[in-house]
Amino acid sequence: MAVVRDALGVGVAVGLSGFAFGVTSAGSGLTPLQTCALSLLVFTGASQFALVGALAAGGSPLTAAAGAFFLGVRNAFYGLRLSQLLSLPRAVRPFAAQWVIDETAAVALAQPTRRSARIGFVATGLSLYVLWNLTTLLGALGAEAIGDTDAWGLDAAGPAVFLALLAPMLKSATERAVAGLAVVLGLGLLPVLPAGVPVLVAALAAPVVLWAEGRRRGDAREGQL
Amino acid sequence: MSTWIAIGVTALGCYVVKLAGLLVPAGALEKPLVRRLAALLPVALLAALTAQQTFGDGQALVLDARVAGVAAAAVALALRAPFLLVVAAAVVVTAGVRAMGG
Repeated sequence: MAVVRDALGVGVAVGLSGFAFGVTSAGSGLTPLQTCALSLLVFTGASQFALVGALAAGGSPLTAAAGAFFLGVRNAFYGLRLSQLLSLPRAVRPFAAQWVIDETAAVALAQPTRRSARIGFVATGLSLYVLWNLTTLLGALGAEAIGDTDAWGLDAAGPAVFLALLAPMLKSATERAVAGLAVVLGLGLLPVLPAGVPVLVAALAAPVVLWAEGRRRGDAREGQL
Repeated sequence: MSTWIAIGVTALGCYVVKLAGLLVPAGALEKPLVRRLAALLPVALLAALTAQQTFGDGQALVLDARVAGVAAAAVALALRAPFLLVVAAAVVVTAGVRAMGG
């Protein structure tokens, strides 16, 4: 089935970048137990990378956690869409919640039917959870052996994953305008706002572009009168 | 100990926002504007994250080997390569450019 192949493809590729996380976390001074706890309990890659980065830079635990939390807020919006698409029973939701992340949302939302969306969500969530945690452990233990992870290009895995998730979403001029504005905001504010905050401000690109679009449509209607 | 506090707070916070999204009543999505917004927010977040992780180094913006790697990933995506190949292209090209002193 195409949906299972897609799901496993995403699961395996991102699971492998768990190795990069394990290595980075160990390099930031976290013990293997702390590193594995992050992948098991937080299970949202960007937040995990942000947290260990902030801790390594000497940030206070709460500041570091705040940055990671801000990055994780986007998962609420995925949940908003997934709950409608998957229509999960209420009792299942607390268990499904841990798997509500970029990758499972991207695979599930790309499916044509509710059945294939559910299969995509579970297959991606399961393969990713298992591999992400296994490779985190390997990375945490293997950090010393591998040395400088940047020399292996592992720091490019993260943005490549995000880009691969983003590409199929850029269907019309509206999506491309939102993406373009978000890039400008995300990069422009990076030097001036605390870590994690520029991404949240960049999310405003969505309402701003929608508002501009609504105004333009309003103007066009007036022009016809 | 303080590392464990950071881990605990992050884990709890990230789980709560994931669950909150699933528990919001379906009625909240019936308005076309809200549905449109929910569809566009991931676009904005993923675009910003891609850009930041390509050009960001802490709070500074830099041009390094990652740019070549992510560009290779973009080419692979345009050629409809599978996910694993897209990520592999980014990693291999970044490592290659660095090995050449880029």
